[in-house]
Amino acid sequence: MNSIVSLVPLFPLLGFLINGLFRKSLSKTAAGIIGSGAVLLSFIISVYLFSDIKGNEGYIVNLFDFINVASFKISFAFQVDQLSVLFLLIITGIGFLIHVYSTAYMKEEVPADFARYFAYLNLFVFSMLLLVLGANYVIMFIGWEGVGLCSYLLIGYWFSNTDYNYAAKKAFIMNRIGDLGFLLAIFWILGKLGTATYSEVFDLRNTLSETDITAITLLLFVGACGKSAQIPLYTWLPDAMAGPTPVSALIHAATMVTAGVYMIARSNVLYAMSEVSSDVVAVVGLATAILAGTIALYQNDIKKVLAYSTVSQLGFMFLALGVGAYTTGVFHVMTHAFFKALMFLGAGSVIHAMGGEQDITKMGGLYKKLPKTTWTFVIGVLAISGFPFTSGFISKDEILISVFEKSQVLYWFAVFAAVLTAAYMFRLMWLVFFGGFRGTHEQEHHLHESPAAMTIPLIILAILALVGGFVQLPEAFGGKEYFNEFLSPVVPAMSHEGSSVATTEYYMLTGTVIGLAVIYFLTRKKFAVSMFEGVYTGVKKFLADKWYIDELYDAFIVNPLNAFAGFLKSVVERSGIDGLVNGVGRFVNYSSRQVRLLQSGQVGSYILFMVLSITVFFLVFWNQDNIAHFLTNIF
Amino acid sequence: MPIQYYIALASCLFCIGVVGVLTRRNAIIIFMCIELMLNAVNLLLVAFSKMSFGAHPGASEIAAGTDAQLFVFFIMVVAAAEVSVGLAIIVMMYRNIHSVDINFLNRLKN
Amino acid sequence: MSTSEILFWFLSVLALFSAVMVLVSKNPVHSVLWLIVVFFSISGHYLLLNAQFLAIVNIIVYAGAIMVLFLFVIMLMNLNRESEPQKNVWMKLFGVISGGLLLTIFVSAFRSSADIFDKTAQLNDGDVGLIKNLGKVLFDQYAFPFEISSVLFLSAMVGAVVIGKKE
Repeated sequence: MNSIVSLVPLFPLLGFLINGLFRKSLSKTAAGIIGSGAVLLSFIISVYLFSDIKGNEGYIVNLFDFINVASFKISFAFQVDQLSVLFLLIITGIGFLIHVYSTAYMKEEVPADFARYFAYLNLFVFSMLLLVLGANYVIMFIGWEGVGLCSYLLIGYWFSNTDYNYAAKKAFIMNRIGDLGFLLAIFWILGKLGTATYSEVFDLRNTLSETDITAITLLLFVGACGKSAQIPLYTWLPDAMAGPTPVSALIHAATMVTAGVYMIARSNVLYAMSEVSSDVVAVVGLATAILAGTIALYQNDIKKVLAYSTVSQLGFMFLALGVGAYTTGVFHVMTHAFFKALMFLGAGSVIHAMGGEQDITKMGGLYKKLPKTTWTFVIGVLAISGFPFTSGFISKDEILISVFEKSQVLYWFAVFAAVLTAAYMFRLMWLVFFGGFRGTHEQEHHLHESPAAMTIPLIILAILALVGGFVQLPEAFGGKEYFNEFLSPVVPAMSHEGSSVATTEYYMLTGTVIGLAVIYFLTRKKFAVSMFEGVYTGVKKFLADKWYIDELYDAFIVNPLNAFAGFLKSVVERSGIDGLVNGVGRFVNYSSRQVRLLQSGQVGSYILFMVLSITVFFLVFWNQDNIAHFLTNIF
Repeated sequence: MPIQYYIALASCLFCIGVVGVLTRRNAIIIFMCIELMLNAVNLLLVAFSKMSFGAHPGASEIAAGTDAQLFVFFIMVVAAAEVSVGLAIIVMMYRNIHSVDINFLNRLKN
Repeated sequence: MSTSEILFWFLSVLALFSAVMVLVSKNPVHSVLWLIVVFFSISGHYLLLNAQFLAIVNIIVYAGAIMVLFLFVIMLMNLNRESEPQKNVWMKLFGVISGGLLLTIFVSAFRSSADIFDKTAQLNDGDVGLIKNLGKVLFDQYAFPFEISSVLFLSAMVGAVVIGKKE
């Protein structure tokens, strides 16, 4: 029964192969059914695994030897435990909903592109499953690269648009930087311990020196930064919104970008040993949360707002991981997957209704025409803003408490970031769904509620976003932390003992309610309007232009690199390498043309050469000892 | 006489032959120079045959130097044959190109 | 200085001088005549070394048959000083230099050889070169090569005729 786990990634792989190979001949319906069905089957098996693993020890399923060289062995093995099964559920569950949603969202594509889309999507799910199921860092890396590839393919899905290709390339290259860190970490682990299997690495962790641990964890974090869009490698994620909206929901909100969180949660044993790395993770996470939150405040593209919001929420997750609350980080991954997927899909529904318009200054008052989308989106907004007892409230609340116990300074910054979250989300909500419509008449006429295939996933996700948090309701509110309990065999939870916790919880509940109320009225007055310019000046412009980070990168990294490459191309390549290569050719050409003249056909000259050769031959023959001596001296 | 004298003499004759081959263009002269080189070698062989005899007085006196001299004899035989064929070739060449200048023989180039 | 030594030096100088004259003569006929002188002096050397058979054969075959053949061909072609092709000065210089180089190499090589150190060639004595002794060995041990050389002659004759024949 153990090997049933291998079916989980197998179905999406089959779906990918079928959709990929027969994309020319498959109808849209068939491609959609195959694509969604494969993920649904995986989801069913994941549910079975979930019920099976509850309260049990995790186990490893060995499929075959991946690398087997002398004493060095890396097997292609799947690790089934609470953490991986939880991620399986998130990936396949939300993945399935998004597949279903996509069948409606992408229905205007031609069949071949439609099947290509589902093939990529299935390949992505397969890679992601491989990533979380792998029993060692190498298999995780395979999945890691696989999702990077799929991300690239899907961002550049509309590859005829140059900007989209540019965004895809940017995502890919930024991820490469992180992957290098990850790869170095794997090499480091392999070099020191000779194994990459989690259980063995964790058992042997005490043999590693402090430097090794710090280096490995920091390198792993570099990998996580790339994949999960943290400072300084976050700029690709907003650009990744070039892909279709369901892709943004699945890859760039719910699953792939949380791979870094998964990796750190998986390696929590190592991170727990390194104070420095944990602090770095926490600070970088918090900085990212605040930076992205400030940028999100002034974005006018609905997907960009959500993208920066994702970056910000990922920052929260890393903050949780950094302060040692690993389960909380993972919990936030789950709740974030619910409400962020919900909001992306809602945004997709809006874009669909607006006929491709993404600019929120052109929207407004959509609640009249898109009631289901609106109310599910509002639930998402409430959840992410931390409205009491929604999933977002519970997870974020727990993060804040964990941070509070660690450091007061970080705590207040984190609260600031949480306030920012609420602010930009309410702004988005008011601008899009309330106030007066600011678009053209044509667009207003075109407005319509999305089909059931799109709204049903929205409703399911909305329910999850509302109640998904109750598996971890703090005891202060009469709940029980089932989630921590479930993960406890793999990831130790941070205990919040003491009477002060309950008090803090109530303070935070009160604070949240008051804060949200203030934000509600402030933003409502400002953004639920019928005229909105969306043009900013001064500090606001600085934020709307994303702190000029992209420009900064361009100026300090991209342009110098380009200039250097240009220099290499025009100078080193052309006159150096080419000169050398052509020079060799030209020299051979020239010298053979000269040597050819020796073949004059004049018998006399032939004889002359013969005599000279004899002379040389004799000279060499009688001096061979000297020559041999000379040669041995040289070499 | 010391054998070195003969070696020096034969070497001189041989090299004069070589120089002749290198400096003349007349095929017949070149051919004659080759004969000169052959004769230089012959002279050296004969001188060595006598040296070999002198080196081993009493030991198989008859056979000691005979091989070398017979070798010279065979060289002469082959040289005679070679000259007859070679001159025939030169005559034919003269008949075709009305010259014995070897520089006209540069068709080897093609 | 004994008569043999005087003869040796005389014949050596004659041979070298005549050989040089072969090269420098403009007229091919003169070259042939000088070559004959070389052959005669070499035959003289053979006589000095008491190789009477080879001396005779050398005169008959080389000076007699071969050189007459050369002379015949030259006369047939009517070659003379005017028709003699000349190489340019540089080619001549190169030829002389490389020939001299070869000579230097030879001499230095032979001089340093231990095998010939303090060896002499026997003059005026020894019966190796007598016709009787050579004949015995020739028709005894070398009978087969001797017969083969007759085949060589035959084929050379046929070859010469075939080549010299008009089309």
